[in-house]
Amino acid sequence: MGSSASSKETLTADTALDLYRRLVLIRRFEEQVSKLYAKNKLPGFVHLYIGQEAVATGVCTNLRDSDYITSTHRGHGHTIAKGGDVNRMMAELYGKVTGYCKGKGGSMHITDMKIGMLGANGIVAGGIPIAVGAAYGAAKIRKTDQVVAAFFGDGATGEGPLWEGINITQAWSLPVIFVCENNLYGVGTRLGKVMGSEDLAPRVKGFGVPVEVVNGNDVVEVRKAASEAVERARKGKGPTFLECKTWRHRGHFEGENPTYFDQEEYNTWMKRDPLKTLESTIQKRGLADSQRLRDIQKQVDAQIQEAVEFAEASEFPKPEAALEDIFV
Amino acid sequence: MAQMTLMEAVRETIRSEMKKDPTLFIIGEDVGKYGGEHGVSGDLWQQFGDDRVRDAPIAEASIVGCGLGAAITGCKAISEIPFGDFVGMCMDQLYNQVAKIRYMSGGQVQVNLVIRTTMGGYVGGAEQHSQSLASWFVHVPGIKVVIPSTPADAAGLLRASLNDGNPVIFFEHKNMYGLKGEVPDDPDFTIPLGKANILREGSDCTVVATSLQVHNAVKAAEQLEKEGISCEIIDPRTIDPLDEETILSSVKKTHHAVIVHEEWLKGGYGAEIASIIADKGLFDLEGPVKRVAAENTPIPFSPVLENFVLPQVDDIVDAVRQTFAE
Repeated sequence: MGSSASSKETLTADTALDLYRRLVLIRRFEEQVSKLYAKNKLPGFVHLYIGQEAVATGVCTNLRDSDYITSTHRGHGHTIAKGGDVNRMMAELYGKVTGYCKGKGGSMHITDMKIGMLGANGIVAGGIPIAVGAAYGAAKIRKTDQVVAAFFGDGATGEGPLWEGINITQAWSLPVIFVCENNLYGVGTRLGKVMGSEDLAPRVKGFGVPVEVVNGNDVVEVRKAASEAVERARKGKGPTFLECKTWRHRGHFEGENPTYFDQEEYNTWMKRDPLKTLESTIQKRGLADSQRLRDIQKQVDAQIQEAVEFAEASEFPKPEAALEDIFV
Repeated sequence: MAQMTLMEAVRETIRSEMKKDPTLFIIGEDVGKYGGEHGVSGDLWQQFGDDRVRDAPIAEASIVGCGLGAAITGCKAISEIPFGDFVGMCMDQLYNQVAKIRYMSGGQVQVNLVIRTTMGGYVGGAEQHSQSLASWFVHVPGIKVVIPSTPADAAGLLRASLNDGNPVIFFEHKNMYGLKGEVPDDPDFTIPLGKANILREGSDCTVVATSLQVHNAVKAAEQLEKEGISCEIIDPRTIDPLDEETILSSVKKTHHAVIVHEEWLKGGYGAEIASIIADKGLFDLEGPVKRVAAENTPIPFSPVLENFVLPQVDDIVDAVRQTFAE
């Protein structure tokens, strides 16, 4: 499954540690959210990104602040990887006025326009047409070299608008990187039960879009594949479809026990944990010692702790604020 | 002032706004070289080219989403859906994305998007090409609903919609594109959204009408005048947000109200207007609020059937008479 891409990649210690810090930041944030949710601190629903950190990280480290991403209901990892503020994220999950969306959107609608995060989206494939539009506006109207990474899952390949987007971006050479996080399950349904194949990239080839299948749990491999896709897009050469094979560790949403997972398959994927994979790469290449990694973990833990304290100390919005922000 | 058709008024407004704002573009099926499925975009493609007058595949979700994505990242967009009946194909983008993205993001996003589409029958378009679906969008918060009834209104309201900074769905009646009227020459001519127009002053009955029914209401009023009933005709122009004040002031004066629209009767926005009158103007009424609307059936093909279903001048005349209790 993995290619030799990671061995060809020239990975510096700084880059590796930066990637590691981002993976840990997403992981620790989500683990904290899981704990808080179990303590009934967070209203509504959360869909955790644990296990898929390498995809968001590998893609977003190739993006500028001025590039865009569209996301899904499972958007915490995308937001953090793009450079999101964990304080404002945590506050949003609590429903506090200091949250990214003033408590109005919650987990599934976290948005940070300053870093081009066009919003998590509660509708499967709902962000795809928006990604196409952001790409169109950039490339065809404002004539910039901005690119758009559109994240979606294997489940989204059931939705028509995804294929509309793949077609349109190819027809008009729009700068979109389609990042498919194939974690093999749409909620509780195995991909193969509802699709002709569990390999999604071959279907895309017919549209003329270049595809690459990557080990979605190897951040170095994702990063390399994404860098090529980003460059292609920036040069006006159109879209790329990255199928990132990965696995989510937890249920579709917190509170759901994924009894539909095959235990053996689950164990196999746990061994491919993206954090462990990068740790192993760092160790094998002698890029940093384990103390350095522990230091990063500690820093991140402190950062997450601060985020929780920020959220807890923040105010809820005034009830009447519900009437604001519909229109300018 | 210049005499032009409603279609020309829309086209010239788009042209002048595209000249003013280099980030404004239109995307839709056949809007380019073909000139628009109804002919509205005309020669815009010849003038502005592919990027700014973009022919789309038959992919309505992407037509709206493309407009949305561009509209929130520094452009202004017109997404054209040639028949309102097709909005089912882009409904998620309209009500879950366009209408909500600003609110969900806590106000981070400004949506400079106008969705232009059509409504209306009387052309034998049958069930899937004759519907008037504005009521759905009145119901969903976050998208403004504008329906012009004259060329001048089309020009002024469209310009206002393009500069509102909010999502607007703009309904053009497909059987009114040839309607002629005077349109001001002023390239900045604007009619504010949320402001109704009193076309005809009267003292006996307030008739609130939209789109083509405005013209039916005028004919009905002329007939009723001969019977000694003086109708005040109000065109809301913007259905959401609605100019309640103008309507309620009129009812306060006339004590009778009839609402006419081509959308179906049941749950149409006429029910919303009637409800507002019943709530805030009840003690001004001396008769029931009557609604003239399409029968609650799909719009049939054969002209005799279609004319039975869709509002006619006589229906408005009858309704006005019925507000005067025996």
